Amino acid sequence: MTTTSPPQPGELSLPARPSWPDATGHFGIFGGRFVPEALIAALDELTEAYEAMRVDPAFLDEFARLQRDYTGRPSPVTEVPKFAEHCGGARVLLKREDLNHTGSHKINNVLGQALLTKRIGKTRVIAETGAGQHGVATATAAALMGLSCTVYMGEEDTRRQALNVARMRLLGAEVVPVTTGSRTLKDAINEAFRDWVTNVETTNYVFGTVAGPHPFPAMVRDFQRVIGDEARGQVLEREGRLPDAVLACVGGGSNAIGIFTAFVPDGGVRLIGLEAGGDGVDTPRHAATITGGTPGVLHGARSYLLQDDNGQTIESHSISAGLDYPGVGPEHSYLHDIGRAEYRPITDAEAMEAFALLCRTEGIIPAIESAHALAGAMKLGREVDPGALLLVNLSGRGDKDVETASRWFGLGDREQVAPGPGMDTDQQPTEGAVSNHEAVAGQDAGERA
Amino acid sequence: MSTLEDRIGAAKAEGRAALIGYLPVGYPDVDASIAAMVAIVEAGADAIEIGVPYSDPGIDGPVIQEAVDVAVRAGVGMRDVLHAVEAVSAAGAAAVVMSYWNPIERYGVDRFATDLAAAGGAGAITPDLIPDEAGEWIAASERADLDRVFLVAPSSTDARLRSTAAASRGFVYVASTMGVTGARATVSDAAQTLVARTREARPDIPLCVGLGVSNGAQAAELAAFADGVIVGSAYVRAMLDGRGPDGVRALTEDLAAGVRRAGVRA
Repeated sequence: MTTTSPPQPGELSLPARPSWPDATGHFGIFGGRFVPEALIAALDELTEAYEAMRVDPAFLDEFARLQRDYTGRPSPVTEVPKFAEHCGGARVLLKREDLNHTGSHKINNVLGQALLTKRIGKTRVIAETGAGQHGVATATAAALMGLSCTVYMGEEDTRRQALNVARMRLLGAEVVPVTTGSRTLKDAINEAFRDWVTNVETTNYVFGTVAGPHPFPAMVRDFQRVIGDEARGQVLEREGRLPDAVLACVGGGSNAIGIFTAFVPDGGVRLIGLEAGGDGVDTPRHAATITGGTPGVLHGARSYLLQDDNGQTIESHSISAGLDYPGVGPEHSYLHDIGRAEYRPITDAEAMEAFALLCRTEGIIPAIESAHALAGAMKLGREVDPGALLLVNLSGRGDKDVETASRWFGLGDREQVAPGPGMDTDQQPTEGAVSNHEAVAGQDAGERA
Repeated sequence: MSTLEDRIGAAKAEGRAALIGYLPVGYPDVDASIAAMVAIVEAGADAIEIGVPYSDPGIDGPVIQEAVDVAVRAGVGMRDVLHAVEAVSAAGAAAVVMSYWNPIERYGVDRFATDLAAAGGAGAITPDLIPDEAGEWIAASERADLDRVFLVAPSSTDARLRSTAAASRGFVYVASTMGVTGARATVSDAAQTLVARTREARPDIPLCVGLGVSNGAQAAELAAFADGVIVGSAYVRAMLDGRGPDGVRALTEDLAAGVRRAGVRA
């Protein structure tokens, strides 16, 4: 397949695109454009400019140069044998997107969209952010390319992710805490769309995930697919074979689409998305959109979403701000419905167990988002044949999550780390987590708990 | 037969533009919102846009969102909306439902069309549904003989003005400014340009202008070139301020005088 064959002289090194979406952005019944007419011209402009740019050698050279010299691509693949001891008999390889500049996969997409912004002659970018990783990446690209930048972030998330708020401000971005609705990512997206519809002449919306109206799901996929294109080649080179399964966490789903896309044609490779199960999908407090949702329209596209009988979006819950989203990208809904990918929930407690385990066994602090994928590997490893090869997308690093994790595990001085107003009881240790923690950390933790 | 076209045509026969008022169902509660709609009808509005509460009202500004959030939290749904449709129709105005697409899709597109027609509704305005995605709704509204109102915007190309106006029935909603709903000090010059462009795209359908109108003077300004004037946030503001049926009645009287002041459109 074209993703692994080296480019021929005079030929663009573009990997083969999936046959979806269609020309109007539909992935089967999913996707499309459910937006006010006022935004259609901007979406058309973006689509046209992007389709021209993606085959323009000058853009591809510039994008490749930035990925190499600025982001630090290719990101390595690391085998984690001590972590894998907790994954049945499976071997585990991590794709290290946590080592990218800015600390996650989000930079891959943002550099592409920032170049596109300059190409269409706009001077200002806006973005939504949940965990703050996409906001930080957008603020970074804006600083690099001389664009002004406004980031919308749910007020609740500005508290959970104070470090990233500070980073964005240091980078020169304006961070607007959003106080409408549930004050999280979904409301930040609403506010960003409102800004865009008002300021569309000067402003480009740098969307952070593979959701939203066409062309965002396809465009963000194309910018993120470098993860899987690299990883497929890296695994083939070191193992002489493809992995048995590829695992990634799914909120909106950009890191998952990024690593899945290259493997979609490889029918023998299982693609597994791990959704945020929160307190459990049998409770109202989760963000497992495909597992627990139904098809509907949210934020400009048809996809699975968490909704009630009146079609109102249900507020999601996850310990991970980056997965705390009641929608999901339409391509995931499509991959689910055609049976090409599987989606499973991981609870907060399971994710935090995997988080602690990777820290202690391998010296890698993962983002809590990515810890959901690690927990998925721990479960899957026990189901598959010994020696199975699991490729996990470590989509981000956990520096931003240190406070949340400290609170969860009861580390540090409790009086100094009193829960802030945004921290409700869900972030206190549960019994399950304490016992997990004891298993991982031993005596130390037992004393604290 | 288009109910909305008839209503707007009747206003025109009186030498004036039509007045269309918007309120969401369920603020401060279902009964009070319906009472306010009826008061608006009694004070002279030709049609009521009956808003379906939605959790993610992406095109609405803070005023409408504040009211709608209350209704969403109270669990107001399509059944309540259909009660409002019955009440507005009984009071003598055209009842047109204004809904983001997901509540309609969730209720069932065919079921919505059937139930809306049975309640005496004229049709629906769908602010986040463009004709390109509206196949199911176009078929259902045809079957139920309902009007379907799509929006045009200053950024719409001539080709899109043509296709959107062609897909509309009842009237075309001319969203006169780029941006979210909310009262504005001045009504954009862009409105007149957009009305003229849309009229060229399709001369035989009424054009109603919305976004930003809050008083009789602005209504008069728009009535000089539009077939109808849509007022939303100003009504919601009156409700949020607790001015109730008397407040919206007074506002309607000012607006109704405005749409008459402009005289017959040339």
